[in-house]
Amino acid sequence: MKKILAYLEPQKETLKRTSLEVISAARDLAGKLGIPFSGVLINGTPEQAAIAAEYGLAELTIVNHDQLSKYSYTAYAKCIEQVAKAEGADCIIFSANATGLDLAPRMSVKLGAGYVGDCVGIDVQDADLLVKKPVYAGKAQVSVKFYSDSKVLSLRPNVFTATKSDSPATLNIKQFTPELSDSDFKALVVSVAKNEGKLDVLEADVIVSGGRGIKGAENYNLIENLAGAFAGGAVGASRAVVDSGWRPHSEQVGQTGKTVSPSLYVACGISGAVQHLAGMSTSKVILAINKDKDAPIFKLADYGIVGDLFNVLPVLTDKIKKVTGR
Amino acid sequence: MNILVCVSRVPDTATKVIVGPDGKTIDPKGIKYIVNPYDELGIEEGLRLKEKNGGTVTVITVGTALSTDILRTALAMGVDKVVLVKGEEPSDSYYVATNLANYIKELNPDIIFLGRQSVDYDSLQMPSLLGEMLDIPSVSVVSKLTVEGGKAVAERDIEGGKEIVEASLPCIISCQKGLNDPRYPKLPDIMKAKSKPIDEREPVSVEAKTTVLSMSIPSKQRQNKVVGDTEADIDEIVKLLHEEAKVI
Ligand SMILES: Cc1cc2nc3c(=O)[nH]c(=O)nc-3n(C[C@H](O)[C@H](O)[C@H](O)COP(=O)(O)OP(=O)(O)OC[C@H]3O[C@@H](n4cnc5c(N)ncnc54)[C@H](O)[C@@H]3O)c2cc1C
Ligand SMILES: Nc1ncnc2c1ncn2[C@@H]1O[C@H](COP(=O)(O)O)[C@@H](O)[C@H]1O
Repeated sequence: MKKILAYLEPQKETLKRTSLEVISAARDLAGKLGIPFSGVLINGTPEQAAIAAEYGLAELTIVNHDQLSKYSYTAYAKCIEQVAKAEGADCIIFSANATGLDLAPRMSVKLGAGYVGDCVGIDVQDADLLVKKPVYAGKAQVSVKFYSDSKVLSLRPNVFTATKSDSPATLNIKQFTPELSDSDFKALVVSVAKNEGKLDVLEADVIVSGGRGIKGAENYNLIENLAGAFAGGAVGASRAVVDSGWRPHSEQVGQTGKTVSPSLYVACGISGAVQHLAGMSTSKVILAINKDKDAPIFKLADYGIVGDLFNVLPVLTDKIKKVTGR
Repeated sequence: MNILVCVSRVPDTATKVIVGPDGKTIDPKGIKYIVNPYDELGIEEGLRLKEKNGGTVTVITVGTALSTDILRTALAMGVDKVVLVKGEEPSDSYYVATNLANYIKELNPDIIFLGRQSVDYDSLQMPSLLGEMLDIPSVSVVSKLTVEGGKAVAERDIEGGKEIVEASLPCIISCQKGLNDPRYPKLPDIMKAKSKPIDEREPVSVEAKTTVLSMSIPSKQRQNKVVGDTEADIDEIVKLLHEEAKVI
């Protein structure tokens, strides 16, 4: 391998947290292989570049083009391709978030590269890359090797830690104007609807989920209050709750919902069906609250409280608030 | 409308996964295989488009002789035609995508439905891979769709919200839960599907770009500290979260 390119995404004035994870992983890998790494940021600012530098990025290409105010995956892929070629990069790393999952496979075709998505581990063995990814909804994991010279990866969010570099880099910024034509805009994002004021489970550091044990939509304030006791807490749900119409599908965690990996996952009144575990088993710490001491969720939990959630949650919420000061 | 749906054959989602003797794939013993749940959404959406606009719904899978069972399920749901690209167990996504792309060039469909992911390898790449190979737009993780006047307007799930994407036809749509409720095949249709023809094709061989070296069952060691629900118990848990796990 010759050079790694990290794909970075802006978020308001800063960079997405997942992008900081990508820089950190690229930096570690480049270090192990003794090769350089750089970044690419579309529609970025010098302030965002400065943040990347704190994480050890020394070279960044900022892509600007009038037409890029319109968001199109096909056009974005074209830009990254042109930057990768100009940089001589043969390994591109994305986050396995909505954008990354869309762009990364496209890049693999453009570069004739192999692609492994949703990686949870990157190792180097005999100067060769070995990556780990979950399969069968996380019930198993595979170790994958590339045959191709060029490689594209996407990293499961919140698995690789974002760490600042001990020696922040002096950043060298290149401005780049890509060549684009109208045919690159065959699919266009015409609008974005954000769930205002509510943190999505995919972006949350702490997730408190309710299951059928919560018994009705009217009791969900117990779940919301506990989530509110944490900075960066979001509300999730089991499929039983979503199917009952108590919460929207956007909050469902599991095989047919979202796959999350927060620092803390709190399962309240959730039995722990395999399809639910599929969406949260890589959480760093799991706390389960269930009145049935034999509920399968306890087997996967770090901590468990056997009890009636209607009694436990208010007390737990108060006690956690005392620690977090919220 | 000329509609194509790509389907994969996967273990039932409740399957207990055991690593097989080769150390790289799962032990298929006793496993019930089904149509990938996300692909059922694609079949349903295809059938609804046909019911509205007329046309044909074709279903294709790249697999082995064993894959005929899921094609029969598709026939029982009401699709017009099924295609099996029959070879060895697919080596990687590139092999599948190349073989799908070959058939798509022949069929020339207006719209192609896939699932957002195949719940076996969870490779999460086929829609974009195909889109790029065929140089047509693809929209992934779609939970709402309208197709009208030569274009598709799709609502796609992203972190913390939705994107509305407009794409010109032909295009690829990958289906997310919420798009529709797939129909259950009726018994007489299941019976009739048994004798319908399956169009079998030879695969083209493709040099693999990646390979699985080994498979393992992850065993993250969990603390498993379970307490009761007294005030002291809850104090203990908060203390552990704060001091041991350091998550608050
Ligand atoms: C193809 C397929 C895909 C699926 N995808 C998903 C998915 O994405 N996500 C998902 O979650 N599920 C999914 N499922 C469904 C899954 O199999 C389970 O049915 C579901 O997760 C059960 O939800 P639950 O734990 O809330 O309910 P239950 O299994 O009914 O469990 C309720 C729990 O609450 C406890 N309880 C009851 N009252 C109280 C109380 N007062 N205090 C404390 N505890 C209490 C009970 O002891 C019980 O353990 C899927 C299933 C299939 C077949
Ligand atoms: N072997 C296959 N044959 C036909 N379609 C497939 C095959 N594998 C995957 N697909 C399609 O691609 C989608 C995404 O799969 P994947 O990218 O492998 O997670 C699936 O939901 C199917 O629609």
